[in-house]
Amino acid sequence: MIDAVGSPQSLLVLGGTSEIGLAVAARYARQKPLRVVLAARPSPRLDAAVDQLRALGATVSTVPFDARKPDTHEEVIEKAFADGDIDVTVVAFGVLGDQEEAWTNIDVARELAEVNYVAAVTVGVPLAERLRKQGHGSLVAISSAAGERARRSNFVYGSTKAGFDAFYTGLTYALKPHGITVSVIRPGFVKSKMTEGLKQAPLAQTPDQVADIIVSTVRNRREQAWAPAAFRPVMTVLRHVPRVIFRRLPF
Amino acid sequence: MSLLGRLGRVDAELRTLAGWGRTAPSTARVLCPSNATEVAEALRSADDRGVIARGLGRAYGDPAQNAGGLVIDMTRLDKVHSIDADAAVVDTDAGVSLDTLMRRLLPFGLWLPVLPGTRQVSVGGAIAADIHGKAHHVEGSFCEHVLSMDLVTADGSVRTLTPEGPDAELFWATAGGMGLTGIVVRATLKLNRVETAYFKVDTDQIDNLDDLMARQSVDDEKYLESVSWFDTTTTGPHLGRGLLTRANHATLDDLPAKLRANPLRFEAPQLLTFPNIFPPGMLNKLTGRAFNELWYRKSPTKHGAIQNITQFLHPLDMFGEWNRAYGPRGFLQYQYVIPFGQEEAVKQSVRMIASSGHVSALNVLKRFGAGNQAPLSFPAPGWTLAVDLPVRRGLAELCADLDKLVLDAGGRLYLAKESRTSAEMIQRMYPRIDEWRKIRASVDPDGIFVSDMARRLRLT
Repeated sequence: MIDAVGSPQSLLVLGGTSEIGLAVAARYARQKPLRVVLAARPSPRLDAAVDQLRALGATVSTVPFDARKPDTHEEVIEKAFADGDIDVTVVAFGVLGDQEEAWTNIDVARELAEVNYVAAVTVGVPLAERLRKQGHGSLVAISSAAGERARRSNFVYGSTKAGFDAFYTGLTYALKPHGITVSVIRPGFVKSKMTEGLKQAPLAQTPDQVADIIVSTVRNRREQAWAPAAFRPVMTVLRHVPRVIFRRLPF
Repeated sequence: MSLLGRLGRVDAELRTLAGWGRTAPSTARVLCPSNATEVAEALRSADDRGVIARGLGRAYGDPAQNAGGLVIDMTRLDKVHSIDADAAVVDTDAGVSLDTLMRRLLPFGLWLPVLPGTRQVSVGGAIAADIHGKAHHVEGSFCEHVLSMDLVTADGSVRTLTPEGPDAELFWATAGGMGLTGIVVRATLKLNRVETAYFKVDTDQIDNLDDLMARQSVDDEKYLESVSWFDTTTTGPHLGRGLLTRANHATLDDLPAKLRANPLRFEAPQLLTFPNIFPPGMLNKLTGRAFNELWYRKSPTKHGAIQNITQFLHPLDMFGEWNRAYGPRGFLQYQYVIPFGQEEAVKQSVRMIASSGHVSALNVLKRFGAGNQAPLSFPAPGWTLAVDLPVRRGLAELCADLDKLVLDAGGRLYLAKESRTSAEMIQRMYPRIDEWRKIRASVDPDGIFVSDMARRLRLT
């Protein structure tokens, strides 16, 4: 159960090697005895994540999870909940890829769509069902500011996140009567493995900064948060900038 | 609602429930039976997410909610069956509030010996938490005045339990058992007699914690009721300054002439109900300091004042839904008991709170008398302190530090107020919990009684 001060006792990270997901896990593990389930493809990075969380005193288990195998996703969720209720679930998986290839190469475009959107839905449906039965908990979906308005530089990624964002924002409404708070988090540029080698955009955040925002969003049971918070007014303006100007903006 | 709905087969309503602190809501099916048979019927509809009874929802945390399962709202079991004025005994349904009972009993000159800080609790809730009041050092806790109770157990049968009868073990496991042994549907309570509904109150304004505690230790036994309010925002030499208020029931002779005409009058106005519009952070350092200052100044030392029930016992009952003033993030109440001889730990806790930057307006310090044989009953000889703290960043850490202090001093937390500690803490603070678990398991082998608190603290 999540307690009065917002500390959970169990955490599921879908995309168990995500730097943001692991930063959230580390924060919770420092607050209270924590059981963590990391769902990800087996890899040395996953093993390292397990060791890192165990060193913080958490009880850690793993569930094999391949975002590109949607037929297995129901089973993944079953396994993730096998040891009991999950208080906080973070949907943290996603790929970025080369954005110029993404709109010119079918395979790259399809991978982006399958991982970022299709998998988010095929895992999201059984997850919502499981949470609905349990009657409590928090679901954190890491969306992106890129989904807010298509930009020339990353619109394929942006299009997948737009679908992702709409799906989880809808779950916010659907699950509220069942005691579940869904929080859609919209970071801008995050300095992580995913964006290695890319030119940093304004208002860039570290995974730790995004994790801080997630922890406070869960504690306050808020349904939406930008990372950083300054993105909200910025995006409100950008949303209304006329196309002639918008397409000339340097990002 | 259809008849079948009331019997619990269909039409159960999905509701999101939280405790008085409004901190950790969860959703459950809610049924509202109106008698013991319907309660037993409702139990049968529980699935693997179990069932818990709920009274008036005044516990601060999560003991009266059951995520994904069934919650039985007891407030329709609302009959006072009989009042025996000669024997000073009342036989009542468990869903009746102490407010209703007091209104019914006062005309007979009868008085509930144990009253908490609000009258808005049910008899069932009072038993489940084995509640206490300002008279604990004289009267003990609620269940010490329960002559018998009817408990619907997991198998659907109704057992009548008495404190010394064949089922005494189950009686005392139910006392303070947080509703996890079954559902109390009815109880008989032993009452006190009073001449008036008024108190003769001595108030002492004392400008530091050491003197406040010393003063409270001297002649508490001369008073039926004794409690201090203390300031948690002032540090330095006036740390923990406060008001010691102690009282006895006023006799007829104590009353001024105009009150003597109707000495058993129940004065309990409700001035206003707070709307649900408060933003988070209303109680901050500035407003908290101002409130503490005003509260301290409002009552200079005065002895022998005549006060009514609301003035003396339940000032907060003048305001409906006052918990809303804390805003949507809610608040928690931290209440511990620390044994006598560990006064330094009590003072240390006040220093920690005062210097933390977290602000509390309702701060109470009291000396408990002896405890009872219930394995999970909270009161024990020592100092009990309660503070209300709005939820904000850093509160988890402050409370975790206080937990360590309380545990090291041999103290414990009150489950009716608890909303955030760890299972390990409770296990160590309640050394008789395994004994309680055994008794519980014998009447609920499949574990159908469960609450969010039971899950969070692994009580069962």
